[in-house]
Amino acid sequence: MGEILIENETSCSLEVRLRSQRAKGRKILVPYVTGGYDDSWLETIQAIAEAGADAIEIGIPFSDPIMDGPIIQAASQQALDRGVTPASIFAQLEKLDIDVPLIAMTYCNLVFHSGFERFGGWLSMGGVTGTIFPDLPLEESHKWSDYAESIGIANILLVAPTSSISRSQEIASASRGFVYGVGLMGVTGIRASLAESASKVASSLKAITDRVVLVGIGISTPQQAKEVAQVSDGVIVGSALVKRLLDGEGPNGAYAFISSLRSGLDDL
Amino acid sequence: MTNLSQDPKAISGDFDGRFGDFGGRYIPESLNHAVVELERTFNEAWADPEFMATYLSILNSYGGRPSPVTKCNNLSRSLGIELYLKREDLNHTGSHKINNVIGQALLTKRMGKTRIIAETGAGQHGVATATAAALLGLKCTVYMGELDTERQALNVFRMKLLGSEVVAVTSGSRTLKDAINEAMREWVACVEDTHYCIGSVMGPHPYPYMVRQFQKIIGEEARPQINALIGNDPDFVIACVGGGSNAAGTFHAFVESRSALIGVEPAGGAAVGRGVPGVIHGMRSQFLQDEFGQLQEAHSVSAGLDYPGVGPEHSYLSAIGRAQYESVNDEEVLSAFQLLARSEGIIPALEPAHGLAYIVREAGKAIPFGSSVLLTMSGRGDKDAETVAHMLGYFQ
Ligand SMILES: Cc1ncc(COP(=O)(O)O)c(C=O)c1O
Repeated sequence: MGEILIENETSCSLEVRLRSQRAKGRKILVPYVTGGYDDSWLETIQAIAEAGADAIEIGIPFSDPIMDGPIIQAASQQALDRGVTPASIFAQLEKLDIDVPLIAMTYCNLVFHSGFERFGGWLSMGGVTGTIFPDLPLEESHKWSDYAESIGIANILLVAPTSSISRSQEIASASRGFVYGVGLMGVTGIRASLAESASKVASSLKAITDRVVLVGIGISTPQQAKEVAQVSDGVIVGSALVKRLLDGEGPNGAYAFISSLRSGLDDL
Repeated sequence: MTNLSQDPKAISGDFDGRFGDFGGRYIPESLNHAVVELERTFNEAWADPEFMATYLSILNSYGGRPSPVTKCNNLSRSLGIELYLKREDLNHTGSHKINNVIGQALLTKRMGKTRIIAETGAGQHGVATATAAALLGLKCTVYMGELDTERQALNVFRMKLLGSEVVAVTSGSRTLKDAINEAMREWVACVEDTHYCIGSVMGPHPYPYMVRQFQKIIGEEARPQINALIGNDPDFVIACVGGGSNAAGTFHAFVESRSALIGVEPAGGAAVGRGVPGVIHGMRSQFLQDEFGQLQEAHSVSAGLDYPGVGPEHSYLSAIGRAQYESVNDEEVLSAFQLLARSEGIIPALEPAHGLAYIVREAGKAIPFGSSVLLTMSGRGDKDAETVAHMLGYFQ
């Protein structure tokens, strides 16, 4: 106990990339965008890449998103109502030409339903190098993680404020790409103030693993991002961005918001 | 003989939550701690004579157990079979749901939690949970799809009367599946002091197993009762299947008997019959899904069976061929509903009317003349009288 586990080098390009950003002293910024929420979603991704994102999470809309609050639920529903499917999202991502790694965030039924090979094929086609399934905990994750790793994709696992130290250690060890610290007990959404648990989960993870530690859920402002990133290696910002997109701010608004987060983190 | 070596019925406290390839625990990490605590608390309580004594005494003195088995003399004569009903409709709050909620409310207190939340479709589980909360002094919030709050306005009032808060869920299809989603989201945020009382044999382990244990009293009473009446196990044991709790609770005592087990689903929500394996709401089981794995909506005349999935134990019993799952349409259900009222003086809930509809259709066919049949009458029809009156044009 109390010792930092040095994880083996991985062949996952996502992890190599994030570790090298960290080694340069840069705080890592990962924005989340719901795939297909409107016609301009690919331009939005382009814009946030240019604004200084280190990786981008693409939400693949699912009918029953139990870890998402009202904002991301609404964006997912809007995308589903537009007829978006996993296949259509990955096909569109293929057209994207950016040098920022993409991570698919969705619910595990989509991968189990399609089968590993079909889903893995879509991910590869879309140039996606990581996956996050909030409903696929450690015990159920091994088969997909192993398969994903065999095709160069990092399956990222989550640690919660309620995870014990020994469990957090196991999760960090099994996670690839980075380890996702859940900043608060709750679902995705905008919070007026930063939960105390955000910095706590960050510091407890930093004390046990040398994997990149990113904290997400409930981080909505540059100030909050800065505060957490004093402890973590970086942050994930979802609802605060998606809210702006649902309000029609478009790629320009996304660029401005991500730039403000970027400069906040660069001040550290 | 069917190989039942993997059947968790044989295993007591250390059941790992897998019914063959089905079940498991697919939940956000934030809930892991609570679900593990629940599993441990349930296993300890189930082995604790004091807990069991309290649980059973509430079911008896408050819930009205044991429920009788009634022979339907008139229907038996006209259908050419021997039809018996296990009368869960006579329970307090009008259905089998009370068996489960009393158990979970007692566990809530045992864990030192002060609040209970639940999802509900028609409102039966919501009313039962609100009742248990009132009895045991717990705060209670029930999540109900907005559409269902409109369809079952009286049950919303009942829950409020019992001191519960009712939240109308406006996301997705605004029905039961969305109420489950919303209850799970809420649970993530308040898991420290709140227990999520799932209403059927579904969700992440230990729920499917735990709820089955709380409901198996149905079959454990019924088997000796019917043996006393006919001197044998019945040829057929039949129950309706939404999430599958009354069926699982009925089947359990008969799994190793000679009786044929039949679960009856609505044609518009036949998750075992027409679903495919998937992982949703914490479990691997059968679900109605589109080609990409999006969960579809179920449609039937009975809100209590409008769930596009089914508990993992049923997926397993179906996969190993120990139970068989059939479906009936709304029309068949409506006429069975009226038939039981007229011929036996029992107004059934629309859910168990599905079981009866299958029996009426198949008497002399899949159910040979002369067969003995036990049907679980999982609830009474008071809650459905208004719906049926509208459907029959009575109010026009
Ligand atoms: C009377 C009655 N029977 C059956 C059901 C279906 O649930 P289950 O399949 O879990 O028994 C319900 C659900 O509301 C019900 O009210």
